[in-house]
Amino acid sequence: MAAVRELELDLDAFEGPFDLLLTLLLKEELEPAEIDMAAIVVAFVERLAERDELDLEACGEFLVLIAALLELKARALFPDEEAELDELEPEEAAEELARRLAEYRQMKEAAAWLADRLAGERDRYFRVGPAPIAPRPERKLAPQDPQQLAATLRLLAEPPPQVSLAHMSLRFPPVSQFLERFRAVLRRRRRFDFDAEVGSLSRVDQAVAFLALLELCKAGEIALDQAAPFSPIRVSRPTARPWSASAPAGQSPAPPLPDAADGAPAGGPYSHTVPPAYAPPATPQERADEREQESPNPSERTSEWIARSA
Amino acid sequence: MDRPLRLITANPVDQLARTVEALLVVASAPLSVEELAQAADDDPERIELALGLLSDRFREGRSGIVLEHVAGGYAYRASREAAAACERLFERPVERGLSQAALETLSIVAYLGPCSRPEIARIRGVAADSAVAGLLERGLIAEAGRDDGAGGAVRYRTTPLFERVFGLESAAALPRLDDLGDSAAEIRERLHSVAVGKTA
Repeated sequence: MAAVRELELDLDAFEGPFDLLLTLLLKEELEPAEIDMAAIVVAFVERLAERDELDLEACGEFLVLIAALLELKARALFPDEEAELDELEPEEAAEELARRLAEYRQMKEAAAWLADRLAGERDRYFRVGPAPIAPRPERKLAPQDPQQLAATLRLLAEPPPQVSLAHMSLRFPPVSQFLERFRAVLRRRRRFDFDAEVGSLSRVDQAVAFLALLELCKAGEIALDQAAPFSPIRVSRPTARPWSASAPAGQSPAPPLPDAADGAPAGGPYSHTVPPAYAPPATPQERADEREQESPNPSERTSEWIARSA
Repeated sequence: MDRPLRLITANPVDQLARTVEALLVVASAPLSVEELAQAADDDPERIELALGLLSDRFREGRSGIVLEHVAGGYAYRASREAAAACERLFERPVERGLSQAALETLSIVAYLGPCSRPEIARIRGVAADSAVAGLLERGLIAEAGRDDGAGGAVRYRTTPLFERVFGLESAAALPRLDDLGDSAAEIRERLHSVAVGKTA
């Protein structure tokens, strides 16, 4: 690149090479204020753009020259204070200097006074608009492991496990299962306690078992009895209800057999389950009552009982 | 039936004091007597009476809240006893880290203000741009018009916050400039002695 000084300029106030412009400015034949510095920069940049290669040396030289020109222009634009001082007589200059020093000295003293005052007023707290809340202490992070972060993110990226809805649908065991079960129990035993039989089962199973119970009752396969609401439900063969108050008079089945497994307490209606051989000696009147109640063939039963009691 | 006339027992100034007290609690800047009188709809003389009552009630050693005459008005502040507790809760961003340059600049604005950046720079001998910017940000100085003429530089003055931070009743509470530093005559004499010493 040719020397910067040969840069051709076409400005309002000047036309010619950069070199000549510099010379004229330095000889003060041109006023720096009249020169458009930006136009010079634009001209240089345009010239630079015309060439492919970047001439760093030329750029540096241009920067130095244009900076010097800018300073020259800036100085020319502002009143020269030093020149004012130059015009002063030595006595006046000394006076001016002393005045300025005194002024600055006063301000330094005032600044010191303010600093003292500030230190003295440190314990004065007052409200200025919303109170500036002191910043909370920064919490320090525990040392972090990038691998751990990646593993955690990987966990998050995985689809969530399928939520089990198994508990939403109740599985009901077939009623027939309990039908069979109760029939089997009743084949072995004359009667049983419903609560004791199904006590170990789940609520659902108990409910189904109760349905089975109702089915059996409806079909007449069993008889149900309950002393009071919420008391144990007793299940028995329909034939094994000699004590039932609703039993038709005059129709007395065979005396009930002892049922040890049943664990039914003696007494009450169950006193009838006690075999006659173990019955306490009955008064003749009682025996007569019993005979009336239970035996369709009083003569036969009475003779037997009398023989045993004797 | 004859009944003796009874004076109203409640002290009206005391009632006014309660109003003034409320106004001062609500305000976040010092309130002047005139402002208080206007807000309380009462005479400035009676406001000053009420302020006298409050000043006695809210004073150091008697209350955690202290009424002070500052920045041309009246304001509550925390008692000095509570300063340590206040410091744990609040920071003081306005005063923190005021540099020597900032304090000198603040002094110049306080004494010579309103004044512009070039004036400050002329007195200090160095540019005051960053110091002025810092003081502006802290709210200790504010713009106050421009120098005369086209393109006049912005001038600055101190704010009420400045007086409040430094605990000044008003700008007049600053020490007189003449009492600070040596006089020009003293400095001139010293300059002379130095010059004579050099030439000798």
